[in-house]
Amino acid sequence: MGLLDRQFQSSNVIITSLDNLLNWARLSSLYQMQFGLACCAIEMMATGASHYDFDRFGVMPRATPRQSDVMIVAGTVTLKMASRIKRLYDQMSEPRYVISMGSCSNCGGPYWEHGYHVLKGVDRVIPVDVYVPGCPPRPEALMEGVIKLQEKIRHESLAKKVA
Amino acid sequence: MLTDFSRILAFFIIGAVFVAGGLIVAWLLRPKRPYAEKLTSYECGEEPIGDSWIRFNIRFYVVALIFLVFDVEIVFLFPWALVFKQLGMFAFLEMMFFLAILMVGFAYVWAKGDLEWDKPRPEIPMVQRPAVTEASLRVEEHVPV
Repeated sequence: MGLLDRQFQSSNVIITSLDNLLNWARLSSLYQMQFGLACCAIEMMATGASHYDFDRFGVMPRATPRQSDVMIVAGTVTLKMASRIKRLYDQMSEPRYVISMGSCSNCGGPYWEHGYHVLKGVDRVIPVDVYVPGCPPRPEALMEGVIKLQEKIRHESLAKKVA
Repeated sequence: MLTDFSRILAFFIIGAVFVAGGLIVAWLLRPKRPYAEKLTSYECGEEPIGDSWIRFNIRFYVVALIFLVFDVEIVFLFPWALVFKQLGMFAFLEMMFFLAILMVGFAYVWAKGDLEWDKPRPEIPMVQRPAVTEASLRVEEHVPV
């Protein structure tokens, strides 16, 4: 447990101000775990390139899970890859987020019935924050997914969640 | 008024405060929930084999040194190429002299065989031992107790 992380029962004006600052910092520099699995990765690369310019949202690829905040699962998650994805997610440091990009990682996509080698949705191995539909999703769709994730981060708090 | 040395001291203090401040704020704010799987070394998602603090082959050292030689050479070549027209023949000769010195080092490494990546077969030196004769054996047998 960190010193301030989830240590407060209720929020007050100091905590909410700190929350605002902290969430702003976190959502403005969402470093992305750099890996792509299938054709969705091509769209992800296009989103990172100069035309769509992912960097204006603060999303930059990082070469190691220790430095990354968000994992964009872009493509078909095969059963072989699923254990690797699980391990990579485990090795990321908190706070960590997952964007499931495309039908394959959302639910298995075209392999949903007869794909003997495909995981039917990456949320069976790791928790997913945002699902981006499409096969593959256009760069605009992925950017909207990132904006949705930023909205989610904007409402996080240092206080414990009330059940 | 600040002397030159006290300015340097001020820089050191500001630098230390800056680094320490960042570390302390991060210590206050970061979530810390370690578990065994998170602390494993990163090997692209594969099951890590062995420790991450492995020893590298000593031959990488020579390669790194040679790389450094050419790296520095390029660093000097770029500004030289920019102002080459203004400096003229003298600069050309000067740079050729510099390159020649570097080439001597490169030729030395090449001749010595450090660029061969094949595993070297070390020659085991012959050790001159005193010959074992009947007389020397007899001396060892009769060691006084």
